[in-house]
Parts: sequence; C-alpha cells; structure tokens
Amino acid sequence: MLDAADVVVIGGGNAALCAALTARAAGASVLLLEHAPRNVRGGNSRHTRNLRLAHDAPTSVLTDSYSVDEYYDDLLKVTAGHTCPALARQVLAASRTLQPWMEAHGVRFQPSLSGTLNLERTNAFFLGGGKALINAYYATAEDRGVHIEYECEALTLKLDGRHCTQVTVRQHEQTFDIACRAVVAASGGFQGNATWMREAWGERVDNFLIRGTPFNKGRILRDLRTQGCAMLGDDTQGHMVAIDGRAPKYDGGIATRLDCVPFSVVLNQQGQRFYDEGEDFWPKRYAIWGRLVAQQPQQVGYAIIDARSLALFMPSVFPPYKADTLADLAQQMGLDPIAMQHSIRSFNAACQPGAFDPDRLDGRATQGLSPNKTNWARPISEPPFYGYILRPGVTFTYLSLKVNERAQVMWPDDHPSDNIYAAGEIMAGNIMGQGYLAGLGMTIGTVFGRIAGQEAAQHG
Amino acid sequence: MAETTQHMRIQHTLQQVEAENQSAPPAATPQAEAQRIMQICNACRYCEGFCSVFPAMTQYRHFNADTLDYLANLCHNCRGCYYACQYAEPHEFKVNVPQTFNELRAQSWQDYAWPGFMARAFAGNGVLLSLVCALAMAIVFIGSALLNDLPGFFSAYPDGNFHAIIPHGVMVAVAGPVFLFALFAMGMGGWAFWARGAAVSQPATLRPGGKNSGLPALLNALKDTLTLKNLSGAGHGCNDHSERFSMQRRYLHHATFYGFMLCFAATSTGTLYHYAFGWEAPHAYLSLPVIFGTVGGVLLCIGTAGLYRLKLKTETSLRSPALWGMETGFIALLFLTSLTGLLLLFLRESAAMGTLLAVHLGFVLTLFLVLPYSKMVHGVYRFLALLRFHRNTPR
Ligand SMILES: Cc1cc2nc3c(=O)[nH]c(=O)nc-3n(C[C@H](O)[C@H](O)[C@H](O)COP(=O)(O)OP(=O)(O)OC[C@H]3O[C@@H](n4cnc5c(N)ncnc54)[C@H](O)[C@@H]3O)c2cc1C
Ligand code: SF4
Ligand code: SF4
Repeated sequence: MLDAADVVVIGGGNAALCAALTARAAGASVLLLEHAPRNVRGGNSRHTRNLRLAHDAPTSVLTDSYSVDEYYDDLLKVTAGHTCPALARQVLAASRTLQPWMEAHGVRFQPSLSGTLNLERTNAFFLGGGKALINAYYATAEDRGVHIEYECEALTLKLDGRHCTQVTVRQHEQTFDIACRAVVAASGGFQGNATWMREAWGERVDNFLIRGTPFNKGRILRDLRTQGCAMLGDDTQGHMVAIDGRAPKYDGGIATRLDCVPFSVVLNQQGQRFYDEGEDFWPKRYAIWGRLVAQQPQQVGYAIIDARSLALFMPSVFPPYKADTLADLAQQMGLDPIAMQHSIRSFNAACQPGAFDPDRLDGRATQGLSPNKTNWARPISEPPFYGYILRPGVTFTYLSLKVNERAQVMWPDDHPSDNIYAAGEIMAGNIMGQGYLAGLGMTIGTVFGRIAGQEAAQHG
Repeated sequence: MAETTQHMRIQHTLQQVEAENQSAPPAATPQAEAQRIMQICNACRYCEGFCSVFPAMTQYRHFNADTLDYLANLCHNCRGCYYACQYAEPHEFKVNVPQTFNELRAQSWQDYAWPGFMARAFAGNGVLLSLVCALAMAIVFIGSALLNDLPGFFSAYPDGNFHAIIPHGVMVAVAGPVFLFALFAMGMGGWAFWARGAAVSQPATLRPGGKNSGLPALLNALKDTLTLKNLSGAGHGCNDHSERFSMQRRYLHHATFYGFMLCFAATSTGTLYHYAFGWEAPHAYLSLPVIFGTVGGVLLCIGTAGLYRLKLKTETSLRSPALWGMETGFIALLFLTSLTGLLLLFLRESAAMGTLLAVHLGFVLTLFLVLPYSKMVHGVYRFLALLRFHRNTPR
C-alpha cells in the first residue's frame, strides 16, 4: 500500500476509472481504491449496457443524429426540472467527444442488435456489456501505471478546512492514512448500505432487492455530509423498478427484469388488483411499477398471464410458475386461491371484445373495474397459467454531493473545496435529480470522471 | 383473527417458495446446466455482439437437447462471454458458457459417433490415443522389418528413397482404406447431427419463409469457417487467458488449419504425380509436394505448439479435466506427425531414414485411425452448425 499519491481516486467503477486514467495521462501519480475484491470489481458500472451520446452525424455505432438540444429536452422530461441547467448542458455537450476517447482506452462498442429497446439512435452499446468496459479500463489503467488496490475501503477524508490532506482507508483489517494532493470521490450511492437504507426508507426495504453492487455503502457520501459539504436531494429518494422477486438480494443486474406486466393481471398479496397494468408500454412504466409494488403489503406483486401471452415479452431469467388451474397456480405462488380466482374472474368478466395488438396501445380496455386495465385487456383463460412474483429493485439512490462545473465538491456557502472532486453516481443528482434517462448515468460518470481527473491532476 | 392467520400462512408459503427458488445449484448434467445458463443469457443478452451463438439463442424461448447441441457446436470457445459475464462466479448464477458448452459439445460427439459403439472412444480419449499410437507404431515397425532386412532398414539411401523401405503400393493399401473409413465415419456423424435439425425446436422469431436459401448460407458458413470469424470477438479477438483480448488463438488455429490443408495438398499432389505423371517419390526439395509439405508441416508445428501453450495458461474455471486428454492428445498427435514428417524430409538421405519413416508413418496411421473419434470432428460439427446458423438466422 502506498502511503502517498498525487491523486487518490475512491471507487472502482466507471467514474473512478475515467478519473484515474485522465489524471494519470496528465502526469499525476494515481492510487485507485476499490472496496470490492477483484472478481466483483466495477460497482454498478459492470451491470450497465450502454451510454447516451449526442452526435451530429451517424457514427460507427449510432444512427442518424441526436442534438444536444434534443438530449436536453429528453432530460427535462424525465427530471421534471430537477437538474442544474449549466451542468446538464456541460455533460450533454461533452458527450459528443466520448466515443473516440473511450475507444482509445480500450472500450469496444457494438451495433445494438436485439431486445426490447429501440435505442440505436441515442445509445452506444458496449461490446459484452459493462463488465467488458470495466475490464478494458482496468487493463489500460494497469498498463499506464495507475496503482490499484482492491478490497480497500476509504473510510474518511481528513480535511484541513476545505482542503483534503489524507484519506483514511482500511484493507484486510488494517487502517492506513494516505497523503494526497487531491482526491476524487467516485464511490457511487448508498443503496448497498442496509442500515442506512432502513433508516431512511423504513423497514419495508428489507423486502427490496438491490440490483447492483453491495459495495456501494455511501460511506464517503455520508462522511462528506457529516463534515459539512453541500448536498442535493434527500436520503429517501431512489430509483426503483419492478423485478423478479426471486432475484438475489444484490447484483441481480439486468437479467432479473420482468417485462410481463402489460400482458398480465397483477395482484397484491390480498389477491387484489391495484393499478392499471396496461397504461403504457413497459419501458415507460417499469419505474412506476417499482414504486407501486413497494407500496403494497409485504412489498410484493403477483403477475398472472395465460398461455397466449407467454411469448409476448422478453424471456425471463427464472422460469415462471406454471399450473393448469388458477387455484393450483395461486397455491404454488403463496396466494390465497379464493381471492385470486375471484379477482381473475371479475377481470375476465370486465374484458371487452376487440382486436388485441401487443405492438401498439390497442385500446382494448376493461369496463367497470376499479382500476380498469386500459390496453391489452384480454381474459386470463387459456391454460396453462403462468405467474411471476414482483419485487421492487433499487437501481441507485439520488442523494448527491453538490459540485461545480470543475467537479469540485461545494460547501453550503457556495464556495468550492480546494482539492476534493466528485464524479459519477455520487454527484449524478446535480444533473438527474429525479427520474431516469437510459444511458445518462454512464455519460455523467465518464464526462465528470474525466473533468475530475484532469482538475485533480492540475490543481491538486 | 382468521384473516391474520391466513395472512401469516401466505407469508410463510411465500418465503418458502422464494427460498426454494433461490440460487438453484448448478445442474448435474451438461444438458441441464446448458439449459439453465441459456435461460439466463436469453434474459440478459449482453454478449450478443461476440459471436453467432447469441443471435442464434435469441431465436428460442426453450432449449431442447438438440437445440443445445446445435448452440454448443456453434460456440468456438473464445471465452469472450466468460470474462464479460456479470453473472460468472462468484455470482450465485454461476454462468460459465464456454466451459458448459465445451462439455456438452464433447458429449454430443459421443451421441453422433458412427458406428454407435465407438461413442465410448471419446471417454478417456487421451488413453485411447496413446494405445492406438503404440499399436500403429508397432505395426509399421514390424511391417517394415518384414519387408526389409535389418541392414537395409538402417542404411542410408543417397536419394532419400523411402519407397525402397516401404513400397508405395503398401503405403496406399494400408493408409487408403483407413483414411476412407475415417472420412465415411465422420460423414455419418455429421449426417446424424444435421438430421436432428428437424428436431431443433422451431425458432420463435423465424418468420415463415424466413429461411435463407442454400447457396448464400453455404458461402457464409464457408467464409466463417475459413476466417474463423467467431474467434475474432467482433474484431478484437479472444480472451485467451485473461480479460485482455488477443488474436493469438485465431492466428494459431489458422496456422494449424492451413498447415493441415497444405500437408493434405502435399499428399494429393504427390498422388497425382504418381498416378497421372508417373513421377515417383522422393520429390525434389523444390517440387510442389515437398514445398506444400514443408510449409504445411512448419505451420502445423507452430500452430499446435502455440495452441498447447495457450491451453496451459487456461484458467482453472475454464478447464474441463475430463476432456484434457482428448484436447491435448490430439494437438500432440498433430504436432508429432508434422514434426516427424519434417525430420524425415531433412534426414531422408541419412541412415536414420528408415526409423524416422516408421515413426512418422506410425503417427500418420494413428491420426487416420482415430480421426473420427478425436477432437478433429469439431470441424465437421462446427461447420454444420455455422451452416444451420446462416440458414436459420435472418440478419
Ligand atoms: C442493473 C443496472 C443497469 C444499469 N444500466 C445502465 C446503463 O445501461 N447505462 C447507464 O448509463 N447506466 C446504467 N445504470 C446506472 C449506472 O450503473 C450508474 O449510473 C453508473 O454505473 C455509476 O458509475 P459510478 O462509477 O459512479 O458508480 P459505480 O460503478 O457503482 O462504482 C462505485 C464504486 O465505488 C466503490 N466504493 C464504494 N464505496 C467505496 C469506499 N468507501 N471505498 C472504496 N471504494 C468504494 C464500489 O466498490 C464501486 O466499485 C445501471 C444500473 C444498474 C443497477
Ligand atoms: S454470458 Fe453472462 S453477460 Fe453474457 S449474455 Fe450470458 S449471462 Fe449475460
Ligand atoms: S464463441 Fe465465445 S462468446 Fe460465443 S458462446 Fe462461445 S465462448 Fe462465448
């Protein structure tokens, strides 16, 4: 373990690696601290698939064009204005330069092929996904002399006013102080910290699943908040989607998503429907369903379909529950068969004749139910019947360090720190304070990682 | 009160159900394991850019035994999808596509072997290779000893005329039928694999009439085979032994394959010279058969030695100990065949010629004998899998 470095980077995901590579290229000695062991390195970044890039003309992997203005409009739509316009525009404009930089540092892209997403115009897909990207960055970082420590958790920053002098770390039960000229905090959100989550979200989070790494415990986020840095958002905000209830508690990643809801009847544990399953296409609704399921008793939902709908959505990671009768299916899934059958029967009775078309909002709605299902409502009647259990899956938390355009961590009096920088999820709330725009997380991390690395090397 | 009890009961079952469904242990047979893994990959699809396996996979929702055999033989074992996998160990999903497919592939070769009872030859293949090799050596030695007197066998022939020791006719009479049988047996295996195509579960997304017609599919399959496109990881190569990409494996396989083909060309031109023009071996160093044979032999030596070196570097998690004998035995056989061939060529005027000839022909005979029950068959099934891919998978 080094006892000093020009730049200490805390974290081992996309933002941290971009910062480390840039600081190293600017001539600094760089120490990167990753809490996770090598074989699960890379935080939530290793579960990602693409990033969103503005571009004026088609590139090797993006079609057509995507202007910064259009990108900004998309951002405003999802965040409902919870964004800092100057920083947001800075990120979106810089996104135009990312593809060549990433490729020069080993990242490979592929044309988007299959799946339910239609993102080939706006999003560039990593060949092999986020873990391949992370592997490429680590290999390049090793080649260029970035010093990497795994299983090394940053505990606290030692501050002298607004100046960080040392980072205290723990590795294999031992604690060290590392002197630094600048520090980059790129250690993600706090969704992996069960205690903090329970504190902020209540006991119900015990029934939530965390889609990404258990190593994002928010220790540095909390440390800097405690030491008085300026924050954005509050602890209770997180991005959630409805995922397969059988997913592991952590790191279930993308494969645990379930796309069946629009073609299902979804019941809660009492066997009651609670929301319009057919309100819109799934990509526009999966985040809402995360919250809906979280509000149900025991934070669980039961999606039921019949034989006709099984092939209408992406295959899922766990085989569905399957039975020839509804009662049997209810039994298997732990639902009360009487309540469940009653709900399905009333749903079936409320379905109206009409054309069923999974590819558009077909307007085939139920009548007289509360709530009605407003599209794709056809009776659940053809055995075998299939069921999936839904749970809320947390993607990330929004609580952020406030930064300026140079990635410096701000203080409540609106003054920047001397040499403390932040990049990635830990400051994403400055740009995406609410909602989610697919692929923006990695863009923010790459842009601000590079800024933080550059600034830390030059001004630290 | 009753409601609470009911509620508790349901909660209890829910937990039971979830507990039972969590982290199913890796399944026992290669089939079951491949099925489990394909279901995970099909929900994930992050690796779709690496090779043909994933675009083929996404056409299915269910994977029966024949579909899995098809996908396993389509896999070129480049490991791209292992090092990129977010669900590889220590993740509880324990996804390991290359290793699982490697084992399933080997099993499928047993299932398709002709004649059927020879399926057993694939189990303990390394031992079999060595036994056949020893036997073939003995036959050639005893044979050539019977054809010659000892001084003749151990003397130098200034023109390097090995047919003085084993006449051309004897060589053809022994090797010819063995080689033709090998081709036939491999053809029967390939036929069995292809015939199961009808049983490969109907792709879910294949539109009626969506099959690509014969000739373009054939040309594409040939192109993929000759360029090893699927070892190129979409242009970046394989993960030979780490997260880093390299073209080593692809180029070494090229050396092996084209080296083999050149040796084959050497034999063919030699045969042509003999029967069509009456030009008898040994041929001059700058004649076509000898040039083909020399270049081919050198390429084959480099290719196989390199592939073996890479194999030694393979991470434990990607090894299949039960298949080690088959994999390395075959590489060793190819290497020794070409090495002894080269030695024979360069020492053909010395007194060692007789011995070298017997050793070399011993290896050649072994190669021909074991061909249909060796790793060689991967070429047959892989080509057919590529052909099926190009016929079934619309671009
Ligand atoms: C399933 C899933 C899919 C996603 N898909 C996409 C996508 O396709 N595109 C997209 O743009 N975004 C996606 N996201 C969001 C994306 O993951 C994040 O926006 C992005 O990864 C954030 O990068 P980061 O480097 O800031 O954080 P992370 O990648 O999470 O890295 C944080 C790192 O910090 C380390 N760490 C934490 N605390 C400490 C400490 N105290 N000391 C040392 N190290 C520490 C962690 O171990 C980890 O390595 C997805 C998220 C999930 C969960
Ligand atoms: S190998 Fe892993 S990352 Fe690749 S598609 Fe399969 S599950 Fe996904
Ligand atoms: S060819 Fe490579 S990427 Fe494709 S399945 Fe096999 S090991 Fe995976």
